[in-house]
Formats: sequence, structure tokens, C-alpha cells
Amino acid sequence: MGILSKKATCNTHGQDSSYFLGWEEYEKNPYDEIKNPDGIIQMGLAENQLSFDLIESWLAKNPDAANFQREGQSIFRELALFQDYHGLPSFKNAMADFMSENRGNRVSFDPKKLVLTAGATPANETLMFCLADRGDAFLIPTPYYPGFDRDLKWRTEAEIVPIQCTSANGFRITKSALEEAYEQAQKLNLKVKGVLITNPSNPLGTTTTRTELNHLLDFISRKKIHLISDEIYSGTVFASPGFISVMEVLKDRKLENTDVFNRVHIVYSLSKDLGLPGFRVGVIYSNDDIVVSAATKMSSFGLISSQTQYLLSALLSDKNFTKNYLEENQIRLKNRHKKLVSGLEAVGIDCLKSNAGLFCWVDMRHLLKSNTFEAEIELWKKIVYEVKLNISPGSSCHCNEPGWFRVCFANMSEDTLKVALDRLKEFVDGPSSTTRSQSEHLRLKNLRKMKVSNWVFRLSFHDREPEER
Amino acid sequence: MKQLSTKVTSNGHGQDSSYFLGWEEYEKNPYDEIKNPDGIIQMGLAENQLCFDLIETWLAKNPDAAGLKKDGQSIFKELALFQDYHGLPEFKKALAEFMEEIRGNRVTFDPSKIVLAAGSTSANETLMFCLAEPGDAFLLPTPYYPGFDRDLKWRTGAEIVPIHCTSSNGFQITESALQQAYQQAQKLDLKVKGVLVTNPSNPLGTMLTRREINLLVDFISSKNIHLISDEIYSGTVFGFEQFVSVMDVLKDKNLENSEVSKRVHVVYSLSKDLGLPGFRVGAIYSNDEMVVSAATKMSSFGLVSSQTQYLLSALLSDKKFTSKYLDENQKRLKIRQKQLVSGLEAAGVTCLKSNAGLFCWVDMRHLLDTNTFEAELELWKKIVYEVKLNISPGSSCHCTEPGWFRVCFANMSEDTLDLAMKRLKEYVESTDSRRMISKSSHERIKSLRKRTVSNWVFRVSWTDRVPDER
Repeated sequence: MGILSKKATCNTHGQDSSYFLGWEEYEKNPYDEIKNPDGIIQMGLAENQLSFDLIESWLAKNPDAANFQREGQSIFRELALFQDYHGLPSFKNAMADFMSENRGNRVSFDPKKLVLTAGATPANETLMFCLADRGDAFLIPTPYYPGFDRDLKWRTEAEIVPIQCTSANGFRITKSALEEAYEQAQKLNLKVKGVLITNPSNPLGTTTTRTELNHLLDFISRKKIHLISDEIYSGTVFASPGFISVMEVLKDRKLENTDVFNRVHIVYSLSKDLGLPGFRVGVIYSNDDIVVSAATKMSSFGLISSQTQYLLSALLSDKNFTKNYLEENQIRLKNRHKKLVSGLEAVGIDCLKSNAGLFCWVDMRHLLKSNTFEAEIELWKKIVYEVKLNISPGSSCHCNEPGWFRVCFANMSEDTLKVALDRLKEFVDGPSSTTRSQSEHLRLKNLRKMKVSNWVFRLSFHDREPEER
Repeated sequence: MKQLSTKVTSNGHGQDSSYFLGWEEYEKNPYDEIKNPDGIIQMGLAENQLCFDLIETWLAKNPDAAGLKKDGQSIFKELALFQDYHGLPEFKKALAEFMEEIRGNRVTFDPSKIVLAAGSTSANETLMFCLAEPGDAFLLPTPYYPGFDRDLKWRTGAEIVPIHCTSSNGFQITESALQQAYQQAQKLDLKVKGVLVTNPSNPLGTMLTRREINLLVDFISSKNIHLISDEIYSGTVFGFEQFVSVMDVLKDKNLENSEVSKRVHVVYSLSKDLGLPGFRVGAIYSNDEMVVSAATKMSSFGLVSSQTQYLLSALLSDKKFTSKYLDENQKRLKIRQKQLVSGLEAAGVTCLKSNAGLFCWVDMRHLLDTNTFEAELELWKKIVYEVKLNISPGSSCHCTEPGWFRVCFANMSEDTLDLAMKRLKEYVESTDSRRMISKSSHERIKSLRKRTVSNWVFRVSWTDRVPDER
């Protein structure tokens, strides 16, 4: 008799051993402007580090929020005892408003339909527990966030069937791809319970078009299945055509009192827009009372710390702050995105044209020895070991075309991004005296700056899995 | 086609509709010393509200911890980004040391064997996912925390088979009860993967004896199964005897590096000892590397907020604070429990003799009209509606004997507890006089005073509320 469960022993949490290399190498040899200028630059982490200063100034001006005070009075006890899985009302109100603001106030969210969870990771898993039985399947467009293999399948025992998207049309979801995926599931004898999309997309960095959203709604309507729209990157849209949430489409098509309305669920989080993955703040939004009710009970398995709920309810209730933040965040993302794109262009590398996210979907097919995934991994290893950039290979995102890579741009300083691009240029063009003296100049410049060293650092990578998206 | 999952539609989260009453009534009419002195007093919540002042004082003297600063410098950015499921190293170290301190530093806890979880609710579920397949069973001594029906079974698909404990021996676990439970599981065609105990016990408020723990270790050894020891109340021990953890017993039996030690897992949390259920801090401790590894990955589904990890690492690293806190907490709990016990005695009601926890296991069998669970529920309704006390009926904890109730004492002020006892006394006296005590019931009361009993109170749920507090 097995002493441990299959879940504990069989590694279905989706770890891919070739993935280890990137992380492992990075952790052995992490880039530091001063201490380790030849180290590996982390470009595989979809973190938003561009706007912390905005939050820090707000915190400095509003010390009560972190200090368990409300209008000068201590509310420590109330917060220490507050474990109601319905969540802090002021926080849910602020979240609902913030989500609305992110959508230009074109749709509104009812706080009573929000379920709080410790991050989008449990939000997604919980939705699966609510919508799918063991062995049921969800259709997901490729390429998709590798973490979904763990989040949606591991403990729920649900299945994922890919909706194959290709570069032929910018990886857009087509009607035929949807139908093919559905038939594939049936061939595998799997009951399809729904479709899950990430909008804006990870790893593509593109917003889902109205056409695609319409196709999806028609599809789930016909098949009488669910649609989960993971809108975790909704606040990172920095260019046109702008963000269109599935909620807007439902409203525009006047589907609000129909059957399909109850089968559309949204997932959100503050990990990307606000750059707060450590605080574990996620939500499920559903128009189905039963789903809200069940998910609320399930949130017991991953509630948000009341300390954190309070801090963020104060932050997000400040409309001056949220307005300024969303605007400034977009401007900075746009600039940073442009730097990456032009830097890549300068060395003959294209990206999928994108308007959102914290990364670009980079086309390195022309650098492959052959049009195979083996060649992709070969190229990837070179980029990790020789160019010393940790980027994510498309195969890890289940892309069906070799040669695509996700490269993050918002988790490092501008200078570091420049160093990364210089290195890439060297790799593509061959070393030049110009690039060498530039990096040396940069290094000396940075030695003159004093930086507070990061005392919080990840320990080991052994059985580590990249949990950041 | 069925739109939602079976988990959602079949109500496996363990909600009981008769339970609604207590909570509902309380929330409609909550007691308040000034605003609503005739309201219902909440005695169904196992919260520790006795020592907040100690933490508040510490916070005032150490503003950096909550202020997201270290040595005056802002570390907001680092904390905001820290989502490593291995946890904040400083916090795990401080937590390991705190767990050692609670056990008189007789055993050591290795921080690398700790897995953090968002509360012990999450920790227990995760352990089940690691140890049991859907359909496998764990044996649990009754009475037990009603939340286990949800935490251990709902999404995991695992089963619970009760180990029946009775008042004949103070609800202690016996070898025959263990064997009977195991056989019952086999009759039901369920594969037993382990035993789960809560030590100190909820709802009993008693510590497991060394003999019981030895029994358990021998049992899991012979059956080749696991033992989960939920020690969430370990810091609430206030009696003269010291707390004996299963880790103590493993050490004393020289089993520390043995095969059986790999099948012993401890669950802990700061919700009871420190009174911080809102902060969602739980932990799994296991000697099995594979369990630690798998549970660590699973903790992604319920990580502790880095903001909270940092605050508590500072708090628990302060040994002056922890030493004083544990001491003072015990003192206050002891006094408060005594107040409840004597208050009950004055009403002719006895409790199971207890030395831990935030509640007493109260014997109200003599107040039942008949020795049935229907009568227990009738009595419970009276206590909620007439006496205006929300206490937890033993049936909600799967107790096999009607008439026991869990009554909490640490979630209210001294004055409120006083009032609650007065109300109970009044009720008992008026009931007695209404019944015109016959000789037989007089004898019954007399003999009951000799026995030691305890009553466990538990939360009720209604609408879509499930007791998430223990």
C-alpha cells in the first residue's frame, strides 16, 4: 500500500526538468549591478517593479493603514480576530471599485459576488473545484502560463485540453481552433466543462479582441459550458486597442439576464498590477450565487490575512491614489516595453505586437538551427549559459511552434535592461568594442551608487518551481 | 449536463441546518454590555482574547515590524515581491523556536521541515492531499472539531471513521476503541491511511496522556499508517502537568530517526495561542522529506502574506516577549477557566476536568428530558433562546453520548462570563423548581457531581456559514 498519496509522489504539479536549468543557473549566479555584473539577468519573472515608489509614498503619508489604526484608534484586536470568509467589507468594496476603474468604469462589480482568495493561484484552483469533477476538462488556448498545469489539474484531477493558436494570425483564438479542441476532448473521452482564457494574455502580452470574446461567448453558450476569464493583467494595458473585459461584452450584448451570464467567471489579483505577489491577494467574481457560495466556503483554505486586507482596503479606497497609480503605471510599462522592443529590433529580433503585460512574446525562430523544440531548448541553453539571460522558452508554455520566448521587462531597472540588450546584441552580432566599453562605463557608473542590499532572497532552488507567472 | 461540480452540489462541506439557530440568533441579538445587555452571549467561539494587550504593547514599542521597515529602512519592496513558498527564513526559524519553547525546549524543530500554510485549516487539508487518496480514511477520536468534516473530507474525497470515546473514562482513547474503529473502516471497505488527533483536545480541553500517545504510536507502527497530531492548542496548557507532544514521546522512545517518525506529522497555528486567527498562520511539520516537498508546493494554494510573516517573525524572534507571553497567557487562561468551572458548579453543572484549551466540556446530561440527541437539541435551543447563551451541542462534535456541551471562556470579558453564569444558574434553578426535583433526579445530580466531565462548544452555521473558527 502506498504510504503517501499519488498526488504527493507523482509530480503532476507540472515540473519540467529542463526548466530547472534557467532558475538553477540564475540562482547560482544572479546578476547584480555592482557585486556580480557578469551574472545571469532574470528575465523569466513576470513581476512589476516599476511603480513601488508610488505605493511607498502613499504608505509614508498614510501610516495608519500598516499600523492597525483607523482614525488614530487601534483596531488591532478586530483585525487579529477577523477571519470571516466573507472578507473585510471595506476591502471588497474597494476591490470592486478598483476592478471597475480598471475597466474605465464601463462595467460595475458587485462586492457581494466577490470571493477573496490568497492569490490568483487558489482562485483558479477553487473555481476548478467548483466547476469540474475529476477527469473533466477545460479548454485553454496555447501558449499559456505553465503554472496552470499545477493550479488547474494537480489536486482537482481535472484535465486541460489545448486550443491550438498559431503565429499565422497572431495567436488569436479562432472558431475552428475552439471546435477542434472540443472534438479532441471528446476523442479523449473527456467531458468539457469550460474554457479558460487569460486576458490580457500571458505569455503573449496581448489583449483579447472583441471578436475573440464574441466567439468565446457564442461557443460556451452553444455548448452550455463555463468561461473563466483570468484578468490578472488587466491593469497592465498600456496601448490601444485597450482592454475589453468579457463583462463588457456581456453587457454590450445585453446578455446580463441570460443563462450564459451565470457561466462567466472572472479571476483577478493584485500581484501584477500593483506588484504585490507577496501579499497574496486574489479574487473570484461570479454571477452564479451557488458558485459564489461554494467558493466562499472553499476560501477557508486560503484566506487573505486581515492585516493585508486592511492595508489594501485603505490604499484602494483612496481614489486619488488609484487614479494616479493606474495612469502612471501604464506610462512606465509603455516606456519600458518600448525599450525592450526597440532593443530587440536593433538586433533583428521581432516581437508579437503587444499592448499589455509585463513581457514580450519574442520571435527567435530565425535563430534556431532547425524548426524543432530540441533546437529551441538548445538556443535556450545558449541564452542562459552564454548570453546569461534567463528567459522562458515557448515549449514551457505549450506553444506548438518552436522558437518563441517570453522575455520580461518590468522586473529590473532600466540600466539592467540595457545590459541585457547589449548582451543579446553581442550574441547575435558578435562582440564589438562599442558594446564592451559601454558595459564597462555602466559598471563604473553604478559603483558610485550605493544600494541597500536585498536582505530577502530566495534560498534554494532544489525542488523549486517558478511560481511567479 | 451537470453544470457545477459534485463538490458544490452535494453539500459535502458538512453544514447542519439545525445549527443555524445558534449563530443566527446570536447575530440577530448579540450581547453588548451597554447597548444590548439582554442579548445572546457568544460562548461558541474558541477565540483567545485574553492577551491582546501584551501584543499591542509590543507593537507600540516595535513600530518597524508593522511599518514594513527593518532598522528604520523600508523593506516594503522586498516583502511585496516575496512569494517564495519556502517561506520567509526568519519567520520559519522564529516559529520553530516558538514551538520548541512551548514544549519546554525538550524537543527541537528543524525550520527546513516546516511548511507554512494560510491557517491550520489549509495545513490539515494539504496533509490529507499528501497522505490520502480519494476514498481513503483517517480515524479520528470523538468528540472532534466539526470543521474537520469539511477540512479533511470535502475537496480531498477522503473519509473519516470515528474512534468512539466515552465519559466512562474521561473520553480517553483506548486500544480497543482504536481497533474497533480500524475494523469498522475495513467493514466499510475503506483503506485506513492514518489517525488524526487534536492535542490538547478540542472540544475536551484535555491533553492526551503519555499512555494514549504511546498507544497511538504503537498502533500506527503496527498498521504502517500515519499519525497527524494537531497541536494548535499547545500554548493554551495552563494546568500543573506539562504538555506532552507526540514529538516528546518519539524522542523518549528513541524513535526520532525511525521509520515511524516519518509518519508522524504535527500541525500548528497561531490562531489560538496568540489569538491571531485573522492573520492566517498555520504550519505543517513533518520528518518525511517527500511530504515536506509536496506540501511546500501545495502551499502555493494558501501562502501566508509576506507582510504578516515579517510582522510575526519580529514578534516571535523577541524571546523576552515570547517567554512573558506564554507565561502570562497560561495564568490568565487558568483564572478564566476556574471562573467558568466554579460558575457552572454553582449552577449544579460539572465539567470534564481539563487543563488546556479555550473551553470546557460541560456535562448537562442531568438537564436532559431523555437520554437522546433530540433532548440535547431541545435543551440547546432553550439555552440559546431562553438563557441566551450560544454554546455548542456535543452532537455537532460527533459525541456518542447526548448531553455534553462545549462552552468557551476566553472570548469575552470577566464581567460577561459572570453574567453568563448568573443566567445559567437562574435557568437551572427555575427548571429545578418547575420539575419539582424527585428523589431519583436528586441522586442523579449528586452522582454527577462526582464525575469529571467537560463540555465542548462549537460554532453553528447557517445560511452559507460554516464554523471556520474552532
